Amino acid sequence: MDLTLKVWRQPGPEAEGRFETYQAKGIDEHASFLEMLDLVNEQLTEEGIEPIAFDSDCREGICGTCGVMVDGEAHGPVENASVCQVHMFNYSDGDTITIEPWRAAGFPIQKDLIVDRTAFDEIIAAGGYITVPTGSAPEANLTPVDKPIADTAFEAAQCIGCGACVAACPNGAAQLFTAAKVSHLNLLPQGQPERYERVVNMVEVMEEYFGSCTNHGECQDACPKDISIDFIAWLNKDYRKASFKQMRAS
Amino acid sequence: MPVDQKLDLDAKIPDGSLEDKWDNHRFDMKLVNPNNKRKFDVIVVGTGLAGASAAASLGELGYNVRCFTYHDSPRRAHSIAAQGGINAAKNYQGDGDSIFRLFHDTIKGGDYRSREGNVYRLAQLSVNIIDQAVAQGVPFARDYGGLLDNRSFGGAQVSRTFYAQGQTGQQLLLGAYQALMRQVDRGSVTLHPRTEMLELVVVDGRAHGVVVRDLGTGEISSHSAHAVVLATGGYASAYFLSTMAKNSNATAAWRAHRKGAVYGNPCYTQIHPTCIPQSGDYQSKLTLMSEGLRNDGRIWVPKDPDETRPPEDIPESERDYYLERLYPAFGNLAPRDISSRAAKRMVDAGHGVGPQKNGVYLDFAGAIERMGVDGVEAKYDNLFQMYEKITNENPYRVPMRIYPAPHYAMGGLWVDYNLQTSIPGLFALGESNFSDHGANRLGASALMQGLADGYFVIPYTIGNYLAPMLGESPPPTSHEAFAEAEAEVRDKVFGLLSVNGTRSVDSFHKELGRILWDYCGMSRTAEGLEKARSEIRTLRDEFHKDVRVLGENETINQSLEKAGRVQDFFELAELMTVDAHHREESCGGHFREEHQTEEGEALRDDENYAYVARWRFRGLGEDPELIPEPLEFETVTPSTRSYK
Ligand SMILES: Cc1cc2nc3c(=O)[nH]c(=O)nc-3n(C[C@H](O)[C@H](O)[C@H](O)COP(=O)(O)OP(=O)(O)OC[C@H]3O[C@@H](n4cnc5c(N)ncnc54)[C@H](O)[C@@H]3O)c2cc1C
Ligand code: SF4
Repeated sequence: MDLTLKVWRQPGPEAEGRFETYQAKGIDEHASFLEMLDLVNEQLTEEGIEPIAFDSDCREGICGTCGVMVDGEAHGPVENASVCQVHMFNYSDGDTITIEPWRAAGFPIQKDLIVDRTAFDEIIAAGGYITVPTGSAPEANLTPVDKPIADTAFEAAQCIGCGACVAACPNGAAQLFTAAKVSHLNLLPQGQPERYERVVNMVEVMEEYFGSCTNHGECQDACPKDISIDFIAWLNKDYRKASFKQMRAS
Repeated sequence: MPVDQKLDLDAKIPDGSLEDKWDNHRFDMKLVNPNNKRKFDVIVVGTGLAGASAAASLGELGYNVRCFTYHDSPRRAHSIAAQGGINAAKNYQGDGDSIFRLFHDTIKGGDYRSREGNVYRLAQLSVNIIDQAVAQGVPFARDYGGLLDNRSFGGAQVSRTFYAQGQTGQQLLLGAYQALMRQVDRGSVTLHPRTEMLELVVVDGRAHGVVVRDLGTGEISSHSAHAVVLATGGYASAYFLSTMAKNSNATAAWRAHRKGAVYGNPCYTQIHPTCIPQSGDYQSKLTLMSEGLRNDGRIWVPKDPDETRPPEDIPESERDYYLERLYPAFGNLAPRDISSRAAKRMVDAGHGVGPQKNGVYLDFAGAIERMGVDGVEAKYDNLFQMYEKITNENPYRVPMRIYPAPHYAMGGLWVDYNLQTSIPGLFALGESNFSDHGANRLGASALMQGLADGYFVIPYTIGNYLAPMLGESPPPTSHEAFAEAEAEVRDKVFGLLSVNGTRSVDSFHKELGRILWDYCGMSRTAEGLEKARSEIRTLRDEFHKDVRVLGENETINQSLEKAGRVQDFFELAELMTVDAHHREESCGGHFREEHQTEEGEALRDDENYAYVARWRFRGLGEDPELIPEPLEFETVTPSTRSYK
């Protein structure tokens, strides 16, 4: 099939960006969205135009490296999929597709479609871990975890850290990501000792970088892993409890 | 020239019985007093399972760690994609597992081309890994009693594989990444994301630093330390189409090799039996369907090569469940090399299925009948969804189609028992080293090895190396060795930018991959390998004359990044063919058509080839030097590998 692409080009973090129009010709319907971009890049290289910079790595929907707005939707038109899992059979011959980077204050654009998501790592560094030294862990089966709890923790833990939730949010908030991370650990018995400290520290860093959550719910629809906004409620509950505890302590 | 260097080629396997080697060794090793650890600088390159676990553990011990990764976040390393699971000899299922059995399965699975001492240690440490991961909050699958669940994997008859649905690698890596970020927060680890190591720096015969390029700004800088740890992953992406992440490459290990570190068993690459078959030329990679699926899926092809009916209309009697027929004891769980070759033989004989007749069926109809859709969903749903997204076919209704694809590198930098390469002060961990898997890696054992190396081996062995250096500062980055290494990096980077040829980097990589796949893939012949070597050289020359890398150094430039990596693949690819050519036997992932049994199985030659092939670099275009490391088997007796 033949397509027309409108792609955001921006040579660097400080430079101005603009849309450019390219033709994508002879695309196989089984190609993935990123393979389609590969092909366009081959064509651009031949023409002496610098290829479009975009991030991707595993191309299996798990590393969370890729992520662009496609026609205004984070990761494109397929539900519960990251853009590497979108295949061209979702499009028809002659379609025009607009591709741009995540737009959010917390994710500065680096080049073309690439943004900087290190703020996510900083949220994790603030408390998204369990303080267990290497080599001194107790025998694993000494701490049974009820299956429903383990399964819910797993659901939260599936977040791939792609940032689609932030990009989809009208406020550029990172609540869904933070909630997924906090809930994963705060649900498990292993996470209890640091539960309230964790939520406060992580939320603090989150607020430094990202906008505030006003419950639009767009994040859940955009999330390739179908992370539920129920976790945001969980986050808020733990956060309130933690603030209460802090108040009492002081 | 590095070639004159005196290399440390002793494997340093400790004395004593297998069970005691690691304990004795831990006791014998020198220690660094807790207060002195912060006086030592360690560079860790890579944040996959091996690198993240190593950096986290070393930071926690108190070493001053600098950690580099070309990913934008450590959590994105290729390890994240591992699906199936991780082995551990916990014997939770009471089905006859033990440390010795895991050791034995691994040695046998690797076709008796790995070291007994290392493999036994790996089996011993496997149990600690699970404890560690669970304590970190890794949400492994659990049964209704709340205890950990297991499944089985290729090459084993016990259930010892721990898993988190089809996302085990993700969950384990997040555990290690979080432990790493905790150290970053404490200030014991400094993280350098989006930074690529492009050269190793050797001063007075010891590894003392790296030269890196900032992938955002193009800045080239030097970093000096007491020791350097490479955990930079494997090189199966040399084949272009593989299950590896797009950015996986061989650069770090290869440049260390050029600086003198010897390479081990480069021709041992693993072809994984269960990937989605290639559907067209546009394809950028192949997707693995976890081997865990073979627990319940049955593999078959139509008996009639001219079969045209849809699979559900083909009666049982006209199907060939060839793995169950050929290897009744292991059936669909036969090891990877065996299953892969069997699939190839079926497809080559015209029994292939799918639009291009390039696959075999992996059928869940029986499992759905037995466990219900719900049961299958509970176990495999995310894998089924992944398959559907890619193929547009619903595997609950039609059988999956699978075919082998390059997946894992058993070869890599040669290391001794301490995980030290032949250059003192340079350590290699995880898939970047050659150790533990022999000629074939059994499923669920790479995650195990990466984490064992990072959490439980390197924290001890690096102390032993560093202890005698107390009070010594690492050489300053103004040292001429750094200047030379930086100059080499600049030459390479600006050289690639100035070729200004006509062909894209990817077009070269694709062509190189095709040569490797055709002649150094699932089966090899002397003639084919000779041909491959000369074709690789010709294509390499063309690459240097005709590659087109647009843009500049001072910004993100992905073509430039790729070009540097493909340049190294060309050199490594040649070594792979040399190694495959010299090894006149078949073993594990290395199948030489000249050496097979009457039934078409691999024919090993223990008399002449029971060694690790160690290769020393002697300059580009020169023949590398072979320095074999003989393997000694004291506990197991190498026998013909039978899965019947
Ligand atoms: C699809 C798939 C499924 C798999 N499933 C399983 C499984 O179920 N069980 C199992 O045991 N194994 C599995 N494996 C194998 C296993 O995942 C890998 O062998 C293992 O994760 C490798 O880990 P690593 O830490 O050695 O390297 P990687 O995870 O590859 O990490 C390499 C790191 O090095 C960095 N790096 C590399 N070069 C440079 C450089 N020059 N400069 C800076 N940084 C650099 C990268 O940024 C990255 O951080 C699977 C593999 C694949 C592809
Ligand atoms: S919560 Fe969902 S959308 Fe947000 S980062 Fe995680 S996976 Fe991506």
